[in-house]
Amino acid sequence: MENLFPLFGGLVVILMIIGLYCILAAENVIRILIGIEVLTKAATLAIVLAGYMTGRVALAQCLAITLIIVEVAVIAVASGITVGIFKQNGSLDTSELKSLKG
Amino acid sequence: MYLDIVMLVLMVAGAFWAVMASNLLKAAIGLAVTSAILAVIMFRLDAPLAAVFELSVCAGLITVVFISVISLTRPPVGTEGGEGKINILRRFAFLPLVVLIAAVALGMLSFKPDFSSLLAQSPEGDMRLVLWGQRQLDLFGQVVVLLAGIFGVVVLFKERGKQK
Repeated sequence: MENLFPLFGGLVVILMIIGLYCILAAENVIRILIGIEVLTKAATLAIVLAGYMTGRVALAQCLAITLIIVEVAVIAVASGITVGIFKQNGSLDTSELKSLKG
Repeated sequence: MYLDIVMLVLMVAGAFWAVMASNLLKAAIGLAVTSAILAVIMFRLDAPLAAVFELSVCAGLITVVFISVISLTRPPVGTEGGEGKINILRRFAFLPLVVLIAAVALGMLSFKPDFSSLLAQSPEGDMRLVLWGQRQLDLFGQVVVLLAGIFGVVVLFKERGKQK
């Protein structure tokens, strides 16, 4: 088995950095969702890579499919909330979401 | 090995495109490209069924959901909500630098853990056998999460209808 861990392990770390940076720096709700998506892709790749390195590819695929389904549910609900925020405030800028501010 | 490096570079470029594109529609398409390249990497890592799921669900369904949300929440012309091109470039200016530093640090560390103690002792068999035989609780969880997602979307859109 080829040792692909250094290459794709590094890719996992880089994707996590990109996703986290996007979540922290973006002010648009949709862009924050895109950052969450990039983070989830890093997690999916990490699971599949771990399965490949340990010879448990079938188990890794099961977990990856579960993760993808959870991802879809999260994005669907978050999209509904995003549309609700836009209807409520007329903007998706997080700095303007002050209705819960005490 | 060269194909792996090409895939790595393409995926990082796709992620950058998804995060830094000034137009949200282009960002959603960049995310779909990233998903498609991840599917190819999954094929490379002997996970074809997960790759098919990734390609059909993440590159297809989620992109459609994102594009619908973008079209539903398009702000009036001239009120971009702080999402102008210069604003995005200024906000994400440090991201390439951070990624470069992380890549150099990872290259210098050259972390190569020993997986021999974690290797599976016996062959696992087919993925379908593992899924239906050993991970039934996961399937139950998936059904619950999907139902929760459907219920959430229905309730959220119902609220919108009432407000109209």
